[in-house]
Amino acid sequence: MKIHEYQAKELFRQFGVPVPRGRVAATAAEATVVARELGALRVVLKAQVHAGGRGKAGGIKVVEAGGGIGPIAEALIGMRLVTHQTGAEGRIVKKLLVEEAIEIAGESYLAITLDRRAKTPAIIASPAGGMDIEEVAAKTPEKILTLPLLPTLGVRPYHGVEVARFLGLSGEQAKAAGKLVQDLYRLFVEKDCALVEINPLATLRDGRLVAADAKVSFDASALARHPDVVAYRDLDEEDPYEVEASKYRLSYVHLDGNIGCMVNGAGLAMATMDIIKLAGGQPANFLDVGGGASAEQVGNAFRILLSDAAVAAVLVNIFGGIMRCDVLARGIIQAIEQVHVNVPVVVRMKGTNVDEGKRLLQESKLAFILAEDMGEAAQKVVAAAREGGRS
Amino acid sequence: MSVLVGKETRLVVQGITGKEGAFHTQQMVAYGTHVVAGVTPGKGGQTFSGVPVFDTVQDAVRQTGANASVIFVPASFAPDAILEASQAGVDLVVCITEGIPALDMVRVHQARATLPGRLIGPNCPGIISPGKAKIGIMPGHIHQEGRIAVVSRSGTLTYEVVDQLTRLGLGQSTCIGIGGDPIIGTDFVAALGLFAADGDTDAIVMIGEIGGTAEEEAAAFIRAHVDKPVIAFVAGTTAPAGKRMGHAGAIIAGGKGDAVSKIRALREAGVHVADSPATIGKTVKAVLGRPGM
Repeated sequence: MKIHEYQAKELFRQFGVPVPRGRVAATAAEATVVARELGALRVVLKAQVHAGGRGKAGGIKVVEAGGGIGPIAEALIGMRLVTHQTGAEGRIVKKLLVEEAIEIAGESYLAITLDRRAKTPAIIASPAGGMDIEEVAAKTPEKILTLPLLPTLGVRPYHGVEVARFLGLSGEQAKAAGKLVQDLYRLFVEKDCALVEINPLATLRDGRLVAADAKVSFDASALARHPDVVAYRDLDEEDPYEVEASKYRLSYVHLDGNIGCMVNGAGLAMATMDIIKLAGGQPANFLDVGGGASAEQVGNAFRILLSDAAVAAVLVNIFGGIMRCDVLARGIIQAIEQVHVNVPVVVRMKGTNVDEGKRLLQESKLAFILAEDMGEAAQKVVAAAREGGRS
Repeated sequence: MSVLVGKETRLVVQGITGKEGAFHTQQMVAYGTHVVAGVTPGKGGQTFSGVPVFDTVQDAVRQTGANASVIFVPASFAPDAILEASQAGVDLVVCITEGIPALDMVRVHQARATLPGRLIGPNCPGIISPGKAKIGIMPGHIHQEGRIAVVSRSGTLTYEVVDQLTRLGLGQSTCIGIGGDPIIGTDFVAALGLFAADGDTDAIVMIGEIGGTAEEEAAAFIRAHVDKPVIAFVAGTTAPAGKRMGHAGAIIAGGKGDAVSKIRALREAGVHVADSPATIGKTVKAVLGRPGM
C-alpha cells in the first residue's frame, strides 16, 4: 500500500527523521496560510499524488514568499498530473504539501527495503541522489551500497559508519547519518514497510541532513495490525475497479486490452494473460478469483469484469483441482443469469467432474463457447472479441 | 526414489481441526499419505478422522514418530507454527498458509538458521511424490508416477503443467510448489539441487513468474551444477511494472523482475523455455525425444 509524501513525512517526524518544516493544504487559501505561518523566504508547493516524476511533470513549484502563492496553488490543485509513473490518464492533484524551501548543498539517496535474496531488510545508499535510482543501479552499480541487516541486530553503529563513508559524509554529518539510518529502520520494522525511501537526502548549506522527499509503502499482508497506516489509504489514488474487487477479496489488476480474464490462481492468471497476447489479443485485466471460486465469487468477478466497457469477450479459465467442475459450472450459470452478461464467454475448465460441468454449461441455453485447453481457449476468445463484442 | 516425501513420510497436520486442515487431511489420507498426527492446542487427546490430535508438535513427534509437518493455521499464527515444528525436529515443514507478513518471515528465517529441517512455502500448494505421498492441497488425481520433476512458484499453473505432462504420458518423480511470497524457505536453487542429485529424475520442469531475481539465480545454478535437461516457463510476460499480480512476490519493481530478462537468463544457461503456457508439456516431450537424451 502506498501513501502520500506528506503522510510519509508525518511518519518521518514521528520516528525522528528530519524533514523540512511544512504542512499539507487542500485549497489555495489554506496553502497561503501555511506559507505565511512558515515565515520562510521561499516556499515549495508539492503536488500530492502516488507517483514519482512530479518535478519534471510540473507538479512542484518554488515560490517567493508573498509573491503570489495563491494563483500558483490554485493552478496546481485540480490539475491532471501526468508523470512517467501515472500512465497517460495521469492523476488529479487534490492536495499540496507546502514546505519551506531548503538550501541544498548536496544530494544523496537512502532507502530500506526487503532484500529477497538475503531474506532480510537491507539499507540501500547512493551518493547519486535526486536521480532515478534504477538508472543509477543499471549504469553505475558501483555507486550503490547494499547492506543486508540481521533482524536480531538491526542497524548497528558500524552500519552508520559505512553508510556515511559511502555517502562522503564526515564529522557531525556522519553521526547524523548514522542516527537517521537507525530511525529509518525503526520505522521500517515497526510499521511493516515494504519500502522507506529518501530521494534526495539533502545536505543543507548549514550542514544539516534533511529528507527532502519521502516515499513509504507497506506490506499488504501486515496491514491488519496497523490501523494507523490503513487510515492513510487514499482510495482516489487507486484504480476504482481494483478498489471494488478488493471488497470481495478478489485480486484484480486493470489493464488496457479488451479481453476480460477470470482465472483461479495468480500464476495461472498471469499465464492466461500471456497466452491471450500470444493469440493476438490484449488482456483487459488480471483477475484471480482464488483457490475456491464459489458461485458468489464468480458472480462478483463477472460484475467487476463487465463494468469495464472495453471488455468485448471474457475468458474463464479455471483449473478446478480439488474443486468440482459441476459446482463451478452452476456458479457460472447462476452468475451469468444474475449479472447481465452481454459479451461472448469462453469457458475452459479442468478438474473433478469436468464432463458433468460441461454438460451443465451446454444445456444451460446460454451461449457459452467451450474450449479444451488454454491454447484453444485463447484463440476462441480472441476471435470472439474481434467478431462480436457487446450485443 | 523421489525427494523429500515418500512412503517413509510420517506427517503431522498443524491446524487439523480447522476447515482447510480437516478437508485436506482427508484428501492426503485418501492419496495414501501416512498422516500420523494432528495438532490443535487445547484439543490434545481427541481423535480426528481417525488421526490422534496433540496439543503440541513436540508431543506428536514424541508419541508418533512424525518426521514431517504441514501447516494450515491462519497467517497470524503460522510463523509460530513453523518455528514450533522446526524446534520439534521434523525434517520437513510445509506451510500452506498465505498472507504472512514479510517481516515475520524474515524473523522465522533467521531463527530457523539454527534449527534443523527444511521449510517449503509459505503460500504454496505443497509437495507430492506421485504414487507415494502428498503433503499439501494439490489434486492428487492429475499426477502420475514417473521421472520428471516439477518446481514452481505457482499453484494452479503447476496443476496445469502436471496435467499436460500426465496426458503426454510423462509421469512425475516429485513436484514442489515453493510458494509465491517474497521470502520462502526452499527456493528454486535448493529444489534444483535436490532434483539434480535424484537418481529417479530425468528432467526438470521449472515454472517461474515475474518478481525478484529467483529465476536468474536458478539460471546461474543450472549453468554450473545441473546436467539434466531443464524446461521452463515464466509467467507474466504481459504484466505491467509496479503492479502486484496476486502473489506478494509477483511484482516488477526497482527495475528488476520482468519476464524478458528472466527468460534470457534461463536460455543463456541452456534451459529450454516454452513460449506458451499451453506447450510446456510438449516442450518436455520434444526435449526428451532428442537423440542422445
